Amino acid sequence: MTKLDYLTETPSQTAGPYVHIGLAPGAAGFDIYRQELGWDIAGPNAAGERIRVEGRVMDGTGSPIKDVLLEAWQANAAGVYAHPEGGGDVEEGFRGWGRVITDFATGEWGFDTVKPGATAGRNGSVQAPHITLWIVARGINIGLNTRLYFSDETEANANDPVINTIEWERRRQTLIAQRSKEDGKVVYRFDINIQGQDETVFFDV
Amino acid sequence: MSTPANTPAEYYQRDRKQHPPAFTPTYKTSVTRSPQYSLISLEQTVGEISGPRFGHNDIDPIDNDLIKNYTHGGDPIGERIIVHGRVLDENARPVPNTLVEIWQANAGGRYRHKKDTYLAPIDPNFGGCGRTTTDENGGYFFRTVKPGAYPWRNMVNDWRPAHIHVSVFGASFSQRLITQLYFEGDPLIAKCPIVQTIPDADAIDRVTAKLDMNATIPLDTIAYRFDIVLRGRRSTMFENRLEGN
Ligand SMILES: [Fe+3]
Repeated sequence: MTKLDYLTETPSQTAGPYVHIGLAPGAAGFDIYRQELGWDIAGPNAAGERIRVEGRVMDGTGSPIKDVLLEAWQANAAGVYAHPEGGGDVEEGFRGWGRVITDFATGEWGFDTVKPGATAGRNGSVQAPHITLWIVARGINIGLNTRLYFSDETEANANDPVINTIEWERRRQTLIAQRSKEDGKVVYRFDINIQGQDETVFFDV
Repeated sequence: MSTPANTPAEYYQRDRKQHPPAFTPTYKTSVTRSPQYSLISLEQTVGEISGPRFGHNDIDPIDNDLIKNYTHGGDPIGERIIVHGRVLDENARPVPNTLVEIWQANAGGRYRHKKDTYLAPIDPNFGGCGRTTTDENGGYFFRTVKPGAYPWRNMVNDWRPAHIHVSVFGASFSQRLITQLYFEGDPLIAKCPIVQTIPDADAIDRVTAKLDMNATIPLDTIAYRFDIVLRGRRSTMFENRLEGN
């Protein structure tokens, strides 16, 4: 029997404890590149509300994981991704991609960006504003995908086709970042639980 | 809001049998860092078929040369190697202009990282990271030194085989992949709990770089070839529902 001539995806391996050396060497304590990538998600010209997103990533014992690397991927305030198939043009300097690591002592991570707009879903549907997050760390064998939605988008969230595929309504709450104001700044809190009773919903994309 | 006329063509479903499961108790750290609920299957939308793009303003030509990119007056100690290959998708098409980043221990098995306390010395001329973008044929190239094996806290006497960590983007965020490259013939591969999280022997072979004598520089640098395959994408799109239905 002849086989189809597709190739097979290269297997994943954990990013390990020293992921910072490769992807955020400044955080590992040395200066090597002219610039590190992913620290400025939205750029200076992006329209929309400036926000900060903060959180921690907990393991199955409820302890913060202190060697996580997160990447974010999002649309701009008009719901357009910086990509040829992203739905249009974005502002100069808007990439929509970010990379952060957790603090070695506390496990806190955070990034500044603009709040994304609604995006097109499948078959003509509309998706609530959200940021895709990708999480790697020592002990995580293949990167975990999740989505961060916004607590002040109650109606859009209620109609979001992805949130609504989650059968367990209680688990939908794990995808909602909580909005607050700190010193006049809009902050969304998004704690991620890798495992356990309040385990965050992760997606097979 | 972006309003593409149709639902975008999707990337092929990831074959999870080719990847390590989340829960692999012989790799102890995975025990409390593995989701227990099933992943929720997500039908791809514009956010899944798009991803960040990188250009020449982002990186410098020296960044792919680990022998020179952290020199403090000399070259790093160790076996000089070339690591090269192509980034392809599952349709065997090259993935051009995509960012490839690597990191590794030095020739003694020590990382330049505050959390690495292994007694092998730091090499003053070796940073241990590099990055490049693939050319129009998906080709990439790094020059470095061969990393050393190192012990790690798992079982009392576990050793990592020599390896280079590799991060690749592809054209969409759903192709995002981090893996590790091992070296053909290393007897520690069969003993490593992290390598052995991969359930399939053929799959382990696909993260093992092959000695490539044709790519060596005689009397200078030996070479290993490592091709990377990212998820493929449908070439045609099937809409089984019209918009609004
Ligand atoms: Fe390593």
